[in-house]
Amino acid sequence: MSIDARIADNQPDSFAFTRENEAEIKRIVAKYPKGRQASAVMPLLDLVQRQHDNWIPMKAIELIAKKLDMAEIRVLEVATFYTMFNLKPVGKYFLQACTTTPCWLRGSDNMMRCIKDRYGISSGETSECGRFTLLEVECLGACVNAPILQVNDDFYEDLDYASTGTLLDSLEADEPLPVGSVTGRSGSESATGATSLAALKPAE
Amino acid sequence: MLKDEDRIFTNLYGWMDSGLKGAKARGDWDGTAKLIKLGHDEIVERVKASGLRGRGGAGFPTGLKWSFMPKEVGARPHYLVVNADESEPGTCKDRDIIRNEPHKLLEGCVIAGFAMRAHAAYIYIRGEFVNEARRLQAAIDEAYAAGLLGDNAVKSGWKFDIYLHRGAGAYICGEETALIESLEGKKGQPRLKPPFPAGAGLYGCPTTVNNVESIAVVPTILRRGADWFSGLGKDGNTGTKLFCISGHVNNPCNVEEEMGIPLRELIEKHAGGVRGGWDNLLAVIPGGSSTPMMPQAVCNTITMDFDALKEAGTGLGTAGVIVMDKSTDVVKAISRLSYFYKHESCGQCTPCREGTGWMWRMMERLVRGDAEIHEIDTLEQVTRQVEGHTICALGDAAAWPIQGLIKHFRPEIERRITAHRAAAAVEAAE
Repeated sequence: MSIDARIADNQPDSFAFTRENEAEIKRIVAKYPKGRQASAVMPLLDLVQRQHDNWIPMKAIELIAKKLDMAEIRVLEVATFYTMFNLKPVGKYFLQACTTTPCWLRGSDNMMRCIKDRYGISSGETSECGRFTLLEVECLGACVNAPILQVNDDFYEDLDYASTGTLLDSLEADEPLPVGSVTGRSGSESATGATSLAALKPAE
Repeated sequence: MLKDEDRIFTNLYGWMDSGLKGAKARGDWDGTAKLIKLGHDEIVERVKASGLRGRGGAGFPTGLKWSFMPKEVGARPHYLVVNADESEPGTCKDRDIIRNEPHKLLEGCVIAGFAMRAHAAYIYIRGEFVNEARRLQAAIDEAYAAGLLGDNAVKSGWKFDIYLHRGAGAYICGEETALIESLEGKKGQPRLKPPFPAGAGLYGCPTTVNNVESIAVVPTILRRGADWFSGLGKDGNTGTKLFCISGHVNNPCNVEEEMGIPLRELIEKHAGGVRGGWDNLLAVIPGGSSTPMMPQAVCNTITMDFDALKEAGTGLGTAGVIVMDKSTDVVKAISRLSYFYKHESCGQCTPCREGTGWMWRMMERLVRGDAEIHEIDTLEQVTRQVEGHTICALGDAAAWPIQGLIKHFRPEIERRITAHRAAAAVEAAE
């Protein structure tokens, strides 16, 4: 995708960090040696995104550059290199569907179809109501719980067509399902019960 | 099968408290100061003696890697960097360590950091692992509050700090020099080597980058002894290993097993077998998406260790085992991986930037059969021209899955081309 297409046309006139985030910035910058404050560029971009409805306006790029004593282009370069930085608005629920081979083998097509059937959107598009944005993403690193749908910060795992629908219902009602496997298994253990360490499992 | 008492990650599935209290009950942070008293070089020697090989994919001996760090600290401080940028398709083991056994990783950082004369570690965790990062940060905060980290870590007299740094969605940052670039606040584009990180790494200082699992097993190895670890597995392929079994099995799962376990046993004992039975197996990708696939004939007898898999023309990689049954469109399965590498190429080297896109477009044509037979050979030649001609191994990683496909499933590719041509001929005649 061209850089222009990734950056929002409508930009706010200004951006300022909240007082809490100004304090957080001090904590973040202190993690890195003196003079190496550029290391904080990714955490700061993340902070902007969390403060600003999950996307980063250009005014924030300018502000970060000033704060970290970096050229603006260096900050923009980082913001465009990493896929998790949104440079234009996304819906309240940002659906990131993994379709890489391990998820695909376990039926990520069905998960995608469920989202498409409901909102008529493909990757990169936002639903008519404006609350759901879909993005096809690459391996999320939870392959034994495939397929995975990441909703904002949270992973929903072991999905099929029906359970994707149930998950979307819960989001529409603003009462999201518990995070993790929708089948209720604990982490990466086998669905029929762990084949190792079973003796250590605490009683329910 | 590995006995539970020989398993290192007893809270792999998150049944128990991941916090400090639970970790201590499982034996973590037990006598860490005494282990530190062994001295820098003795720790390195013991890790060498255990035979531990890096768990991030390349399998380089961990103790040997540590020994490349300068023996004296000069003007430049030493750094330990932990690679928690777990993104290789098929791999999800470090996630379990981070969320369920974070103190094993932190204790490992203190010991490994001390061994290489570092006073600080940066843990670089992939950005998508938001909840996992929260869990790990909580563990770090607890460890500071308990005096296990800080100016006098574990009351050993050694100052040691651990900082968590989150990535933001870039597979390439799992490559150690790209990770270092990213940690310095730049695009994650790999550096030319030499200089190697042990000479000039993070901020130009001596640095060792290790995988999460490699670091997290170290405290247990030192407590139980190098002999215990090297007594498990096979010669040159020692110890236990976390395996991730995904794809067409009845019960996908993670499990800690002995190095060198037969693949069939791994799948049948822990993952409930191949969907539809072993005879329904088409192929297995043994060690994450970069490693070439093996057809069923090889899977029947292969053991899961670095050397056996290398001999079979593939690799243990991260031990992310991706199973495909006979219903799989195998050309499409590999084409989807080609798309992954195209998406994740950092764009620095021409053979990779252009090659990954070209190979993916060619693979998409092969999925449909919309090609000439000789183009299979062209594709194979192009993979050889990408492989080994780039700064980092992403080019190789993009080439190998296609080479594996052509090696083992050429008749299937040819069948599609022939069928496509026949269909086109019928259409033209009508």
